[in-house]
Amino acid sequence: MIVYADLGCPHCASAWVEISRREATIVFRHFPVASKHPRSPALHAAAEAAGAQAHFFEMVDSLYADRGHVDDPHLWKRVEELGLDLDRFEADRRSDSVAARLRRDFVSGIRAGVTGTPAIFG
Amino acid sequence: MIGAGEPAPEFTLRDQDGKKVSLSDLRGKRVLLVFYPLDFSPVCSDQLSIYQEVKPEIEAKGVQMVGISVDSGFAHKAFQEKLGIDTPLLADFEPKGEVARAYGAYIEQVGHANRSLVLVDPKGTVEWVHESPTPLEIPGANLIFDALNAVA
Repeated sequence: MIVYADLGCPHCASAWVEISRREATIVFRHFPVASKHPRSPALHAAAEAAGAQAHFFEMVDSLYADRGHVDDPHLWKRVEELGLDLDRFEADRRSDSVAARLRRDFVSGIRAGVTGTPAIFG
Repeated sequence: MIGAGEPAPEFTLRDQDGKKVSLSDLRGKRVLLVFYPLDFSPVCSDQLSIYQEVKPEIEAKGVQMVGISVDSGFAHKAFQEKLGIDTPLLADFEPKGEVARAYGAYIEQVGHANRSLVLVDPKGTVEWVHESPTPLEIPGANLIFDALNAVA
């Protein structure tokens, strides 16, 4: 199951509760719509950076579970709770490769005709 | 709805800042006219937000994208600010829907345009059109890129 989702999107957050319970293998594709949710690109970059330390879905779950706490200090707190290396996280989330990954996913969503999130291809 | 190969009807409308914009001012580059129903409606908000995200790629192909609805320039300005977008929005306000009518995109029964895309070539001829089956359906931005790849 391929899911195009926006980490700043409230509809995605409620859908995620259901999606993450599924037995299916979930392919998460980044689809941050910055004009709607200005904080989204930073949250997607944070999820990728956590993913570089093998905690991608833990970060996604946490971001969706507490949408009121998504500023940088809240991200650092999550990093600490997940036992990740903060310096590496900070470097990774601002890296060109993470930015390129987010853009690649977004463009693939556009190519697939995604016009809103969450968009699910089963 | 107007068809490919027909001359694009000329128009002069005011944008969100009250500035007059004519189609002929944009001659020399491709223009994508995005007719949409109404500012602040949920579906239009999603459509323009998504298009904003790919605006750099659209512009990189030498295309100027403008939105057109029957709302006033003041409403357009507020809508732009709400969405955080900088796509120019033109007010087809008085006579109401005149430009949408000229392109065959107006729905008389509801008093606003259907969700329609019109690509105008640099010489002012319609190259491609897409009309949504209903105003509730957003044309994916993939359609725009497919069209641009086909005409380029």
